[in-house]
Amino acid sequence: MKRNYGSLYAAPQSIWLTLFFAAPLLIIIAYSFMKRDIYGGVVPQFSLDAYEAIANPTLLTVAWRTLWVSAIATLLTILIALPCGYSIARSGNQALRLFLIIVPFWTNFLVRIYAWIAILGNEGFINDALRALGLTTQSLRFLYNQGSVILVLVYMYLPYAILPLFSTIDKFDFTLLEAARDLGATRMQALRKVLLPNIKGGLVTAVLFTFIPIFGAYAVPLLVGGKDSYMLGNIIADQVTKTRNWPLASSLSMGVTVMTGIAAILFALRGRRPAQRAPEETGLGPIAAASGMPSGGQA
Amino acid sequence: MKIRARARIRAIRAALRGIRPTTPRIGAQKAGSIWGRRAKRRKGIAFSDIVFACVIVFLFAPLVVLLAYSFNASKGGSFTGFSLIWYEKLFLDSGDLWRAFGNSVAIALTAALAATVLGTLAAVGTSRYGFWYRGYVKTMSFIPMILPEIIVGVSLLVFFAGVGLKLGLVTVWIAHTTFNIPFVYLLVSARLDEFDPSVVEAAHDLGASEVQTLLKVILPMSMPGIASGFLTAVTLSLEDFVITFFVSGPGSTTLPLFIYSAIRFGVSPVINALSVVMVAGTVLLVYPLRNFLKAFAAR
Repeated sequence: MKRNYGSLYAAPQSIWLTLFFAAPLLIIIAYSFMKRDIYGGVVPQFSLDAYEAIANPTLLTVAWRTLWVSAIATLLTILIALPCGYSIARSGNQALRLFLIIVPFWTNFLVRIYAWIAILGNEGFINDALRALGLTTQSLRFLYNQGSVILVLVYMYLPYAILPLFSTIDKFDFTLLEAARDLGATRMQALRKVLLPNIKGGLVTAVLFTFIPIFGAYAVPLLVGGKDSYMLGNIIADQVTKTRNWPLASSLSMGVTVMTGIAAILFALRGRRPAQRAPEETGLGPIAAASGMPSGGQA
Repeated sequence: MKIRARARIRAIRAALRGIRPTTPRIGAQKAGSIWGRRAKRRKGIAFSDIVFACVIVFLFAPLVVLLAYSFNASKGGSFTGFSLIWYEKLFLDSGDLWRAFGNSVAIALTAALAATVLGTLAAVGTSRYGFWYRGYVKTMSFIPMILPEIIVGVSLLVFFAGVGLKLGLVTVWIAHTTFNIPFVYLLVSARLDEFDPSVVEAAHDLGASEVQTLLKVILPMSMPGIASGFLTAVTLSLEDFVITFFVSGPGSTTLPLFIYSAIRFGVSPVINALSVVMVAGTVLLVYPLRNFLKAFAAR
């Protein structure tokens, strides 16, 4: 008679995550419905102040900006990552190519941001080069605007998109493309109607793993963006550490969490349909495996 | 030959209708291997390879710039001559930096160890048994991976303030263990799903106790998963900035936090030198692992 030890095995992790992950989130939910205490805590009293505070024009502007910056950065990332993943999958030397993609991302996350400052800054590489060529005498301002934020975000999240796309494309049966060609499809038709539907899993993972962390970006807009490229993450951090308005920080966090939740549910629903899909078909495996890459949602 | 052609056409029709082909793949271990998946490539340079090359340039450009500047004799600005002064400063005159590095290593190793133990046990539990909160374990192991880090950081900060835990090395350790667990869980689960469950049954039938089975069969067989889980956790932990930023206190500055404050003070060539040392270090460490990585990603 085999005994069921499952609950015993899983208990330590469940307790840990309940205590240090679920409980803090529940506290955030609770705080978002409370009144602000001037000394940085909360007054335990039901109130919708924090949610009403979101509806102020400044915050709505930031929320809207966060949404479109995330959308554009994600779109650019995917458009670059698709051919790139395809190229790796069809290459004879996958290991080397994967290695090349991953190496830059084993470099510290902040160092990579710093490197972009060293390139784009007033005293940076590009301005230096332009001055040396005599094209300009003053420094051109590349940093601290929307463009630099999007550029660095794309840089940061490119491998998150490339890896799952590579791994699904790699499992794709390329003879199907040949067959499509044989049956009269053009190259583009074959790619669009045969390849794309078959790598949907990887595509969804790629979008999810770029859009969500970018949506919660904090460090990138802080370091390479200006005041007018602040994103929700920056507002939340400021509310927590500077203004110390915890209910507002909580309600904003709730907003971001709900966004993430919707995306995650869509992801789960998609994964369930044609029977149960193996986890690696969504391309999740390589993301985890390669993550000497930056962690989850760093930006 | 004919059968093969017919199978292909059936597959392509299915694919065009958006259905996965159900064609039996006779004796094929890996999808498409009997058809010589990578046999035919068009001559000339493919568009996707050009994109790949551009991506590599894009990814490495910042690192190359850092490398060049780290040997610059002057502080920032134009290149005035070759010098090793910043390396000298880095190794001989950067006490705070190395203390931060020490904190980072200590936290990374201990947090990865804790996460590996908890994550591995939970993975063993959920892969072999069904129990009443199995769904909870799976969900809780997925959500922290996709939730933006700022939310995890803020909620933990609020939680620690709520329970009165002073911010410091302990809170950083707890936070790192928490965000490491899902990655270990995912990697070990993937490995456990791969091997034949009848081996475990055989061990039981031959009279092995649960503990014996765990120690002599399950753990050794899932060692690759456990090892990659641990390594992933270590790197994630060394890398983390956003969460650490919120939960660290006096005396628990990690390397990313140190770099962050250095960047805020403006361009610091010591950081250039540090970055180069870190990149070189990771490459030396990672290069031997690349085949292992590929094997994992391409599975």
